[in-house]
Amino acid sequence: MSNEEATRADVCTLAVADCFRGDGEIMVSAMGTTPSLGARLAKLTFEPDLLMTDGFNLLLRRALPLGVEPSEGDVEGWMPFGAVFDTLWWGRRHVMMGASQIDQFGNQNIACIGPWEAPRAQLLGVRGAPGNTINHVTSYWVPNHNARALVAKVDMVSGVGYDRAAALGPAGARFHEIRRVVTNLGVFDFDTPDHRMRLRSLHPGVELQQVIDNTGFELVIPKTLDTSPTPTPDLIAVLRQLDPQGYAQKEVAV
Amino acid sequence: MTDKRMTLDEAVADVEDGMTIGIGGWGSRRKPMSLVRALVRKGVKDLTVVSYGGPDIGILCATGQLKKAVYGFVSLDSIPLEPHFRKARQNRALEAVELDEGMFLLGLRAAAQRLPFLPTRAGLGSDVLKINPHLKTVKSPYEDGEQLVAVPALNVDVAFIHMNRADASGNGQALGRDPYFDHLFCMAAKKAYMSCEKIVSTDELVSGGPLQSLVVNRMMVCGVIEAPGGAHFTECLPDYGRDERFQREYAASAKDDEAWDAFRAKYLELSEDEYQKAVAS
Repeated sequence: MSNEEATRADVCTLAVADCFRGDGEIMVSAMGTTPSLGARLAKLTFEPDLLMTDGFNLLLRRALPLGVEPSEGDVEGWMPFGAVFDTLWWGRRHVMMGASQIDQFGNQNIACIGPWEAPRAQLLGVRGAPGNTINHVTSYWVPNHNARALVAKVDMVSGVGYDRAAALGPAGARFHEIRRVVTNLGVFDFDTPDHRMRLRSLHPGVELQQVIDNTGFELVIPKTLDTSPTPTPDLIAVLRQLDPQGYAQKEVAV
Repeated sequence: MTDKRMTLDEAVADVEDGMTIGIGGWGSRRKPMSLVRALVRKGVKDLTVVSYGGPDIGILCATGQLKKAVYGFVSLDSIPLEPHFRKARQNRALEAVELDEGMFLLGLRAAAQRLPFLPTRAGLGSDVLKINPHLKTVKSPYEDGEQLVAVPALNVDVAFIHMNRADASGNGQALGRDPYFDHLFCMAAKKAYMSCEKIVSTDELVSGGPLQSLVVNRMMVCGVIEAPGGAHFTECLPDYGRDERFQREYAASAKDDEAWDAFRAKYLELSEDEYQKAVAS
């Protein structure tokens, strides 16, 4: 038990964990602090069969606290980059990536800002985003929800969204699924007839107008607004154990 | 068996202006940096580098030797964005072929297998196909008729890799937990050169780690170079981790021409021995 009040970061982490609900025995690759913490929370509470790495090449049988180096007794397998590619092409993976930009159909950009030929800002490059999104389930984490990140049109499609996937036809798109987008303001999905991004729930204390004002496209807003679940005292205690240094608390803009 | 031991400068002797170079490792991990430094000393230019990019691409951008980079990412890991590469891209000083990381692997495999391409779903629907108009799709000849990306072979003229241990005839050992794709770089190349932390006897090599760590065999390489600290400042586990302090100094040298000139004079305009002494002090 914990007597602490849940913070916005805790709500975000729980929302991230919920993205992996029902995934069963697949590998989760969670990029960034909050995704990593959320995946660990999911494994520790309701998805014990998830496979997770140390962020490098060891598969870990336990969900360790953030920042703790695994010891030999924590290891259950080996996942070097070659095996990661095999796994992702096999499809037994759910990745949660960041997004420098994301649009209403879930197209994501991590490559550059501005035209690719002459970028104003060169970022990471597309990395594995094209292959991830076309081969298996993908979710996104945006710690600072604003109209520069949630944009009408991304500058470079790295991760494939629903409109691009649909244009490929049923064969090309059959493994494509963007499950959720979790931001510091709310949770979003694509459960709409044409797979436009929909507000799934607002985090406690967030006004609908705040989300609308900070989104660069028209969101689908359901008639009744849900509120993202707040972690129970028991879950807060688990979160404090998994993140004793409070790294996730620092990642979330409120 | 042929003794393939040679010096760093001998290993880069055949590299000519305009060549395509494959560089092993991943990001800022087990990069053959002493061979990259030898390329800087040699001053070859208009190079194309094919790499899971890290400071190899960054340094050659900063020295102006790189004409074109083929990559899925360029990163220093603990510093996510490679500042010299960023600068070159933002100044439009570099031709770029940006691929999905998995496409990149298939390109290496295609080259290693002497195939024109390998098919994949990766890239479909993304702008990777738009920014690379040379990439084509291929239709499955079977009933499914599926449209796939045909990743062209990433053939390279010369490959450089760095291992923990090797013997004099070119058997190489990666003692870290990830072999990356160094053997494929060698097989994709007309000629491949391997630096290592230490050259040992074949007996010592075989007993020095599990058999699975012998990821490079002597068919793959034509030169072996003993280069202790040869991956510095990238990590070369278990021999050493990344030199984070030095990497920060390297990253800071992208600030302006003056900073780069100072870095270059201090660390690159000297022999490998002098470099290792300079970084030790």
